[in-house]
Amino acid sequence: MNVPLLQTNDLHVEIGGKTVCQSLNIAINAGQRWGLLGINGVGKTTLLHTLAGLRAPMQGKIKLRDKPLDELPRRHIAQHIGLLLQDDNDAFPGTVLETVLTGRHPWLGQWQWEGEKDRALALAALSDVGLDGFEQRQVNTLSGGERRRLALAALFAQDPQLFMLDEPTNHLDPRHQIGLLDLLEQRVAETTNGRASLMILHDINLATRFCDHLMLLFGEGETLSGPAGEVLNIDNLTRLYGHPVIALEGPKGAVFLPG
Amino acid sequence: MNPRLILPLLILIAPLCLLLALAVGSVPVDFSSLFDGSDALGRSLILELRLPRALSAFAAGGLLALAGALMQVLLRNPLADPYILGISGGAAVGALLSLLFGLGAGWMMGNAFLGAMITMLLVFGLAHGQGSWSPLRMLLTGVIVAAGWSATTSFILAIAPERNLHGMLFWIMGDLGYAPPPLWGLIVTAAGLLVCLPYARDLNVLARGELTAGALGVSVKHLRLFLYVVAGLLTATAVTIAGSVGFVGLVVPHLLRLLGLSDHRYLLPAAVLTGGSLLVLADTVARSILAPQQLPVGVITAMLGVPVFLYLLHRRRGSL
Repeated sequence: MNVPLLQTNDLHVEIGGKTVCQSLNIAINAGQRWGLLGINGVGKTTLLHTLAGLRAPMQGKIKLRDKPLDELPRRHIAQHIGLLLQDDNDAFPGTVLETVLTGRHPWLGQWQWEGEKDRALALAALSDVGLDGFEQRQVNTLSGGERRRLALAALFAQDPQLFMLDEPTNHLDPRHQIGLLDLLEQRVAETTNGRASLMILHDINLATRFCDHLMLLFGEGETLSGPAGEVLNIDNLTRLYGHPVIALEGPKGAVFLPG
Repeated sequence: MNPRLILPLLILIAPLCLLLALAVGSVPVDFSSLFDGSDALGRSLILELRLPRALSAFAAGGLLALAGALMQVLLRNPLADPYILGISGGAAVGALLSLLFGLGAGWMMGNAFLGAMITMLLVFGLAHGQGSWSPLRMLLTGVIVAAGWSATTSFILAIAPERNLHGMLFWIMGDLGYAPPPLWGLIVTAAGLLVCLPYARDLNVLARGELTAGALGVSVKHLRLFLYVVAGLLTATAVTIAGSVGFVGLVVPHLLRLLGLSDHRYLLPAAVLTGGSLLVLADTVARSILAPQQLPVGVITAMLGVPVFLYLLHRRRGSL
């Protein structure tokens, strides 16, 4: 039997005295694309950071390929889990190429410099997100959407097995939203080393299009997770957002809209 | 300019600055006397006075610029300098108290270093408090401790007898007149650079943000502690050598960033060379421009650095 990429056992996460989840048991397997939905402030980002090993949970265990996350060296985790933050802030911006190359950090030894392979991966990632030709541009001269694509390129250059993304479509126009999520889907589908993704989204229809599993955070520690087809319905979504959600029949299945 | 050319260029410039410092002074000396022994006085002037002083200046400048580059990344604040956490303030109180009580130069240096160390422990302890220390918390703690030292310094200046004031003001503005033998400073400079270089790529990642750095496998907590201790020791050594010379630690790392160096594997060695060269030049000017009167070197670093920095800022205004 396959070992899940990431697994939680009775995970309990709190922030500021608020329960984000309790007794959460999920298993993210290779090939799966997970979506994390919930209202503002419910703790989606906190949960994502906890799953990425950047915060300790109150209780429970997280296992990366059956090894306890809190016992693994940070570098090892970074070779397996990549995280796109909600916002990036560059106090000391460098060039676009330098920024993408930081994605190779977990793969390089203390004294090692980026080699040809690292440069090739970085340039390919830039080209994937449509930033070829931007290599020598200073990061602070880029637009918000270009910076977002740059951060994604750094994540692609990192080449993790589990892609965690916090609102990846922020600042992106519709063409790039679809284009980049398509790209992510392809990366996950290249099953050579068993990849998966987990992303926070606010657009239900992007979630239906790009995720096959969903985790809903209702607040007060209430969660619901499972295959998208089982979890996604008007009742659950109306409860999730505290606002009526309606479904219309679209060309590729149901389209969900705020009522 | 190609950023990778900057480092070799600096390696060429640094010895030229040192040579200039040996050649320039209130007494003209013929360099050939060094070799044929025709001018014993000139020879000892160069080897026993100008050379140690120039090397001390180089060490102090290099230490400050390196500490500044580290401190800016640690505090995630481009306006941070080696003195922002009060380390030089603590050293100043130690040095000024020694001058007040008429202790010798050795005591003054020892007490300056002690004051810097006490400040490092104090700021770390206070900023650490309960749980984690964010860069902002550390910055605020340091700024407040620095304000406390500054008040203490003013108090000492206010009650000090007039004959001591001159020496105290020179210490505060930075002066190489009482620098110890340069060897230790140079060793600390080289050692500081050597221990930082293996972490230079970690600094590149940390510059992208603490969470990003964590997600890229950097142990942020340990790296921050490392940066704090190293930057603190470098600063303490620098102020012990030359008093609190201003400006070098803030402006040199910036200057290099404006020139396009953002990779810390280049930036850190470049900062040492630029800071060292700048302080050697400034000290040469300080002791020769109004000779035989000597000026505090800190005045000159600012006078040299301000126009250069403003020019670069103006030239690159599109990107800052």
